[in-house]
Amino acid sequence: MMMHNLSVAALIKGLKNKDFSSVELTQHYLNRINKSKLNAFISVTENLALAQANEADLKIAKGDNTPLTGIPYAHKDIFCTKGVKTSAGSKMLDSFISPYDATLSHKFNSENMVMLGKTNMDEFAMGSSNENSYYGPVKNPWNLKKIPGGSSGGSAAAVASRIAPFATGTDTGGSIRQPASLCGITGLKPTYGRVSRYGMIAYASSLDQAGPMTQTAEDAAIVLNAMAGFDNKDSTSAAKETPDYTNQLTNSLDGLKIGLPKEFFSSGLDEGVEKVVMHAIKEYESMGAKIQEVSLPNSMHAIPTYYIVAPCECSSNLSRFDGVRYGYRCEDPKDLDDLYLRSRSEGFGKEVKRRIMIGAYALSAGYYDAYYLKAQKVRQLISEDFKKAFQSVDVIMGPVAPTPAFDLGSVKDPVSMYLADIYTLSVNLAGLPGMSIPAGFSKELPVGLQLIGNHWSEELLLNTAHQFQLKTDWHTSSPIEL
Amino acid sequence: MTWETVIGLEIHTQLKTKSKIFSGASTEFGAKANTQACAVDLGFPGVLPVLNKEAVRMALRFGLAVNATINKHSIFARKNYFYPDLPKGYQISQFEIPIVGNGAIDIPLDNGEKKMVGITRAHLEEDAGKSIHDLYDDYTAIDLNRAGTPLLEIVSDPDMSNAKEAVAYAKKIHALVQYIDICDGNMQEGSFRCDANVSVRRAGEGLGTRAEIKNINSFKFLEKAINLEVERQIDILEDGGSVAQETRLYDSIKNETRSMRSKEEANDYRYFPDPDLLPVVIDDELLKEIKDRLPELPTEKKARFIDKLGLSEYDAENLTSQKAMADYYEIIIDKGADVKLSANWVMGELSASLNKNQIDIQDSPISASELFNLISRITDNTISGKIAKDVFRLMWDEKRSVDEIIKDQGLEQMTDVGALESSH
Amino acid sequence: MSLDKKQVKEIAYLARLSIEDVELEQSTSELNNILSLMDDLNEIDTGDVEPMAHPLHMSQRLRDDEVTEENLAEEFQAIAPKIGKSHFLVPTVIE
Repeated sequence: MMMHNLSVAALIKGLKNKDFSSVELTQHYLNRINKSKLNAFISVTENLALAQANEADLKIAKGDNTPLTGIPYAHKDIFCTKGVKTSAGSKMLDSFISPYDATLSHKFNSENMVMLGKTNMDEFAMGSSNENSYYGPVKNPWNLKKIPGGSSGGSAAAVASRIAPFATGTDTGGSIRQPASLCGITGLKPTYGRVSRYGMIAYASSLDQAGPMTQTAEDAAIVLNAMAGFDNKDSTSAAKETPDYTNQLTNSLDGLKIGLPKEFFSSGLDEGVEKVVMHAIKEYESMGAKIQEVSLPNSMHAIPTYYIVAPCECSSNLSRFDGVRYGYRCEDPKDLDDLYLRSRSEGFGKEVKRRIMIGAYALSAGYYDAYYLKAQKVRQLISEDFKKAFQSVDVIMGPVAPTPAFDLGSVKDPVSMYLADIYTLSVNLAGLPGMSIPAGFSKELPVGLQLIGNHWSEELLLNTAHQFQLKTDWHTSSPIEL
Repeated sequence: MTWETVIGLEIHTQLKTKSKIFSGASTEFGAKANTQACAVDLGFPGVLPVLNKEAVRMALRFGLAVNATINKHSIFARKNYFYPDLPKGYQISQFEIPIVGNGAIDIPLDNGEKKMVGITRAHLEEDAGKSIHDLYDDYTAIDLNRAGTPLLEIVSDPDMSNAKEAVAYAKKIHALVQYIDICDGNMQEGSFRCDANVSVRRAGEGLGTRAEIKNINSFKFLEKAINLEVERQIDILEDGGSVAQETRLYDSIKNETRSMRSKEEANDYRYFPDPDLLPVVIDDELLKEIKDRLPELPTEKKARFIDKLGLSEYDAENLTSQKAMADYYEIIIDKGADVKLSANWVMGELSASLNKNQIDIQDSPISASELFNLISRITDNTISGKIAKDVFRLMWDEKRSVDEIIKDQGLEQMTDVGALESSH
Repeated sequence: MSLDKKQVKEIAYLARLSIEDVELEQSTSELNNILSLMDDLNEIDTGDVEPMAHPLHMSQRLRDDEVTEENLAEEFQAIAPKIGKSHFLVPTVIE
């Protein structure tokens, strides 16, 4: 049997039935990782993983375990992991062995899950192609010449190529959903405030949210159970009860009201992608869902809004990287300015510097109102559009990205790269939950369907996705390439 | 030419919470460098701030004590600048909407009158760490123990027109924060720091350009620094020059103010709401609870001293000018000592000796109950007031009890002499 | 609004990033291309719209005033680039 094709749900059963041990499972994935040519990992923590698996097997033997005990996973290298390099894909943190655990890392450890390693990503999560990593680009497992999407490209490629049963991701403007779509896996960005941000290296604090990247929606529900919840170390974590996300996966979609934003199906959308999306919508219709058009007029302004808000926050969030307390420090600084200027210029990559500069400018005296404040107002309008739409529909659906994965190195200009984020950004600006689920192929490359829910509606989204996956098998297809 | 001086003060008071404003690290003073700086204080990647409840309550206590507007919805903002003792590259502060809005406080003037000084605002923020320049030859050393200590920055209106008024205001605030128990007031340790905004103008003209003087750590230096700065500005203007808007450092050793180059450049702080923190919402219930628990304020105490004890305005003002002195005085009179005589002793002999030896009243070698004993020996005619002064000296120097000294020195007056005297 | 090279240098310094003169031309045009995206926002009437700083419509939670952190100075300093006896070191700063 091909263990690696099993979903997390199936692996949990396998461990329970003693079909295999956690050590066997872990070794199997480690072997696959070692053969992989995708550059999906920045660090493979082989020894740690085997030790954790061993510990998990002991716990399972004693019956002192949770469902996820012994399940291997890949952790995006943006989550601090005590004693393990945490680079955020940057030269700045190439030497950074985190002295503390992110809340998420801590939660996973306390369930005795097995960390296989830390996945590759766009530097500080800034990018849509994974080409902005200090550790080189990740390759799309469906076609090694293509990008896997970003910024959680390593995580998406790892799950798609079955070298990890699931992975963590973070989504600031689409960084879970877009690579999930481009690699043909399931990705969920929860409602802002659902998952703790403590120990997740900040890109844009009011937009960042962590979520699961899995083969199936059911797996996403299982993993979200382990991720979600209030954290008293994060002031922006919601003190709200967390349901068992696997509880609502059996509801019928009969009568579900699905909204299609007309703005998401206008010019710029690749024909092949549109076809896949419309085909998926038809599938939903056949399951009893009611389809109607909605309008999100201001979401068309999501690009300028996001590319002001996120850079402003990042310009400030990344000021701490100054070569003084940790991370990269230039050789022999001659004075304080030299220390700052060279450490930061040598430690950060191009795109990061670009966004820091945009943010510093947009916040600076005389420009704040025209840029930052204006963007905040439009953010409100974008959010209100969704509020209105959700008065008449339960779930909004549309494409995730305008095109399937493009060629590595083919998009050189930043603006063209930003424009490809058009369908995902508004969800972050409004703080809503969103998903991408495999919905078909265009030009032999996977295409995802985006599901957007109202605040705190993860259960509904997960069931909506799960019901689709019960009827279709797009989520079970995997690339041959490792 | 007549010149007018316009002074506003920004006072940073360190709030006496046990833990920091955004982390659970200790705020205790004097620990080994960097041992009280946790991951949050050091600005590690991924860490997040969570606001200390007590810091908020202390800010509210201050707001209520100066009859200020309380903003029931206040916002934390980031003040962005690079400096090695500022670990995150920004200071979490309040900008557009501070927790405490407009208030006011009365200060006593030399002529016995009062003047009202407006308080523009008071906001919560985190302190920076310390840069130590003289520890290593080629390096500046950074200690981040202080980073994240809660500060209430109290900003006055530019209502003071000379150094004396500025000192009177600073002393008033200094006393108040101790009365309401939000700051220990220790200026040597930097718990109470003043920055002065000083400008001069020709009588009747609009406001002049101001300079901000930093690093003033005593009332004496505050007065000196302001006077120096006023002179400097007048000299410049009388020579036809213009005053630069800048930050100046007061050097108490050289007794001069000088431009701080490092703080000069690019003062573009790029304030914006901190996305790691949500709006601070104060409900009426909390406000009422804090109001109900507010201790007696200096103005209330002063009024009570006048109304209930029959002290003069001058005595009452004097005795309540420092919480510790008022406490000391109240211990004596609570034991039943004569109100006026006790006031004279506390403000006279005791204060003079404390001042001369530069000792705070809390550390007085003669305790309040010892002074009560001495005063009692005067009122019961054991000794005369004149002799009492000698006894006081001996008590101060030798730390012996009143009765011991009286007995050893044979200072008791003849009772009949006392009776004789009183019969006159 | 568009930036000239001098402004780009100033912004870079504000963010403590250095830009080599050879990169300046390209950086300036890249930044201006990005900023031209923002012109789109001028079309929108945002007259009395309340700015939205944050997606969570909740208020700040307050922590009890307790010391919960232990001294981890050794672990923290082990990864510091330049440490004296117990201080972080930077080139001498002149105040």
